[in-house]
Amino acid sequence: MTITAAETPVPAAAGRTPVHPAVRRRMLKKRFTLVGLLIPGGAWLALFFVAPILTLVILSLSTGNVGLGWHLTYTWTNFSQSITSYKPEFLHSFEFGTAATVVALLVSYPAAYWIAFYGGQKKTTYLLIVLLPFYVSQLIRTISWQFILADQGIFFGPLKALHLMPQNFHILATPWAVIGGLTYAQIPYMLLPIFAALERIDRSFIEASKDLYATKWETVRRVVLPLSTPGIFAGVLLVFISATGDYVNEVILGGTGTGVIGNIINSQFFVNMNYPFAAALSLVLMVALLIIVIVYSKSLGTEDLMGGGTY
Amino acid sequence: MTDKSESNPLENMDPAIIRGMTMPRMTRRGFLGLAGAGMLGAIAAACGSSSSSSSGTATGGSFSWATAKKAGVLDFANWPLYIDQNTVNGKTVYPTLQQFTKETGIKVNYQEVIQGNSSFFGKIEPELKAGKSTGYDLMVITDGPVLTQLMMYGWLTQLDHSYLPNFAKYAGPNVKNPSYDPGNKYTLAWQSGFTGIGYNPELTGGDITSLASLFDPKFAGKVGMLAAVDTPNLVMIYQGVDPNTSGPSDWKKAAALMQDQKSKGIVRKYYQQDYINALENGDIAISIAYSGDIYQANQSSKGANLKFVVPSEGVFRWTDNMCIPAHSLHPVDAITYMNYVYNPRVAATMAEYIDYMTPVPSSKNYVIQDANASSGSNKAGLLAMADSPLVYPTAADFAHAYYGPSLDPTAYQTWNSIFQPIFQS
Repeated sequence: MTITAAETPVPAAAGRTPVHPAVRRRMLKKRFTLVGLLIPGGAWLALFFVAPILTLVILSLSTGNVGLGWHLTYTWTNFSQSITSYKPEFLHSFEFGTAATVVALLVSYPAAYWIAFYGGQKKTTYLLIVLLPFYVSQLIRTISWQFILADQGIFFGPLKALHLMPQNFHILATPWAVIGGLTYAQIPYMLLPIFAALERIDRSFIEASKDLYATKWETVRRVVLPLSTPGIFAGVLLVFISATGDYVNEVILGGTGTGVIGNIINSQFFVNMNYPFAAALSLVLMVALLIIVIVYSKSLGTEDLMGGGTY
Repeated sequence: MTDKSESNPLENMDPAIIRGMTMPRMTRRGFLGLAGAGMLGAIAAACGSSSSSSSGTATGGSFSWATAKKAGVLDFANWPLYIDQNTVNGKTVYPTLQQFTKETGIKVNYQEVIQGNSSFFGKIEPELKAGKSTGYDLMVITDGPVLTQLMMYGWLTQLDHSYLPNFAKYAGPNVKNPSYDPGNKYTLAWQSGFTGIGYNPELTGGDITSLASLFDPKFAGKVGMLAAVDTPNLVMIYQGVDPNTSGPSDWKKAAALMQDQKSKGIVRKYYQQDYINALENGDIAISIAYSGDIYQANQSSKGANLKFVVPSEGVFRWTDNMCIPAHSLHPVDAITYMNYVYNPRVAATMAEYIDYMTPVPSSKNYVIQDANASSGSNKAGLLAMADSPLVYPTAADFAHAYYGPSLDPTAYQTWNSIFQPIFQS
């Protein structure tokens, strides 16, 4: 059965509701409204995301110099050179980023759990305490670590004076300092999404699991943890991406042999003024991150995410 | 030390430390604070974009000094804390600039927008390339790749020395006709300084005199090197090469030595400006250093006891230069000011504030005059300054002071390809 003429109102007979012209007009209008509403966002994306990325791509395939300008010559060597010349720095970035993400997760989850379930009336106070240091510029916080961890500083100085620590022991200028700095800087970005997810968990689920004779640990593992997956997912994404691209921590806390790719990109842009090479490096980093993020979200499963939202 | 009447920084000081008086150089470098440079720069640029577009004659294209006219305005881009300043009623004022305005009627729009040669170049480069005014009539750029590029691409205005009688009369021989700008075609020196060795005598267990100490396994893990052009240049000086005339084969030899030093674990880190904190904190015992950094560290509340030394092999020297960007809107005002700062009286006032290597040797007489007119610690400070070889170096001090090479963009790429892998990995 088909509707032959759109102008002919057909009574609601089988399954589908036929559309009256007036209704159709209203629907069209609605659709235009929808498109209209999408325009600002779309334009924003085009202007501030698509256009810069395209510029970056074009630049990465260009040759020339600052004085004479850059010309698109479809030179791909920047990309091959990115990987051949700076493989160790790419690897460092991903190693440090991964390590910082894991440590931040291990530290943040219990803290968020405690605040969400045992924080009581003072939850907001505890959250404020977590966030308080982050009202200070990241640069100053990182430089403070440099001061705290100094070889003869307030921490190691006395220990060394008491011969509780070898004289040449140091944390600064090692990968551990960089990972520590990254973790510290990223903790709120891990803690807050996890806290939000835990906070949303319906407490009756936990009661139900107790009623079903689950131990405390089983409740955490089989009820709370799965329900907080969206928070973990978001936190890990936020932390991993920014920790991998970060270079300030490395500059301040690192030493020889801790170079990260963010640093190389910075100096290619601002010291060498080799914009095409810097653009190529940025794109390689971006694509690598994108692949990791896609694999990560596929493997963690979007259904789990949706599932998390059905309580 | 903005106010000498409050502190007496120069009293009872080791002559070696007094030599370390290139303070503003370091201050402004320290001011950058690493990555904050970018942010500060952005803020400064945002605040400082008020280029006054009053009548005058823009340079570039068919510009000629013969038809150029004074506009009464000067847009001056400089580094932070790099000129004499005073605080009057909570407002920062610049005495020599005020005097200049009084004498010439030219209003100076003074902006401390330069935090790094490359980053500043990155900001003005699009305008210069497009043949537009950068919004500045005068800027201070260190000799090096950026200055070389500015000259090469024709992005500076050639100077007409008939406007510069003071320079001809009073400029010291060491800032006239420099290797990077023969005949001072484009630039006049603003101030200069030395890069040598800074160390903590307690940790080194004695005085350091030679660049060889930077490579001494005794200090393994306690040596700081700078991730800057200064480092390869000093290494070449150590190897007996004049960096000014060096080429890629010399660079490779220097790089090989640096690589060796690094793989033996002697280098703790290639520092940015933070090497000074590392020295203060005892993370490193010895480092390549800007003399002024050491001077200021010793003056700070922490009261570090560091020393600066001009190594026996020689020292790396650099000069910050005044230059007029192409398409400047007020070139006559700029060149009038360039002449003004070579007046020995003005140069003395500036030197007294910034304790820097001044390009006008005869300003020394005015410093001594000012010293005699004051008393106590002020007097001692000014007299010590007049005696300091880093403010008033003698010909002998310059005998072993070397400039870096003038790197064009291609050579600079080569330079970077040789040294950056060492700094960065």
